[in-house]
Amino acid sequence: MNNITNEGLILACSAIGAGLAMIAGIGPGVGQGYAAGQGAAAVGRNPGAKSDVTSTMLLGQAVAETTGLYGLVIALILLYANPLLSKFLKL
Amino acid sequence: MIRASEEGVDFFSHPLIPFHIGGQEVYLMTTEVCTLIVSVAIVIFALIARAKLKADAETPSGLQNFVEFLVESLDKVVDNSMGKFGKKYANYIGTIMLFIFISNISGLFGLRPPTGDYATTLSLALITFVLIQYAAIKTSKFETFTNLFKPIPLLFPINLIGEFATPLSLSLRLFGNIMAGTIMLALYYGLLPIFAKLGIPAFLHVYFDLFSGAIQTYVFSMLTMVFITDKLNA
Repeated sequence: MNNITNEGLILACSAIGAGLAMIAGIGPGVGQGYAAGQGAAAVGRNPGAKSDVTSTMLLGQAVAETTGLYGLVIALILLYANPLLSKFLKL
Repeated sequence: MIRASEEGVDFFSHPLIPFHIGGQEVYLMTTEVCTLIVSVAIVIFALIARAKLKADAETPSGLQNFVEFLVESLDKVVDNSMGKFGKKYANYIGTIMLFIFISNISGLFGLRPPTGDYATTLSLALITFVLIQYAAIKTSKFETFTNLFKPIPLLFPINLIGEFATPLSLSLRLFGNIMAGTIMLALYYGLLPIFAKLGIPAFLHVYFDLFSGAIQTYVFSMLTMVFITDKLNA
């Protein structure tokens, strides 16, 4: 442990944090899959309303995706614009 | 110019063109240059289309048919989801749809998508935010502010956060999707040996640039329309 620099430790922990942040991807995956399944069922029951069902489904999926994208943005910040490292270097 | 540099992965916005304002050196970043290219392309297309329309041919052909189809389908999308308010907002929605779509697919032409920069998406979302608040104030006048204290005054901070969360989530959604696509393609181009770069990236481009770009364009404009109509109906 002695030959690890402080910056190195911060970078390593940030990488682990970015990986953990991407666990958020589970939620939107489940949600979007559920919406797509329900959409398929709706089209099966009423094929005439295919375009309406599709657009509603896509809109709902996009909203459900938001939380996952928050996780992605946090991971991107940790990897490429690390606020922790710049705070440490300024001190 | 943008996507993959010689040494490995590169998807950042770089300072490209330096110039001086009042002794201060500022740069035009990759994003601004790409935004300019996209805007100029759209303007040139519009000018050509206008010249064609002015020619007033007996039977419309080629480009004129395409432009009429484009305008009609944009108007129809706005009409379907905004109803009687559609006419007033069709211009704005059509414009952002064209701009976001061309920006999203500009990765196909070797540019770095302008929407892959948070500055672009945040400004688009802020325009939408101003329009939403304008619609709210125009419709319900002073009640816009008293509505923030309903149902009980204690909930005022949460209502306020809810209003400001709209542009945040709109911009982050577009940015996150396009940025993720850009990073994936940059990683693919930057890290794999040369024989993997033949043919296979075409499918990745179709998914990340075309499909994802079209969906996100649709979602951004659709949510804008939904929020504005929601305020107008209040």
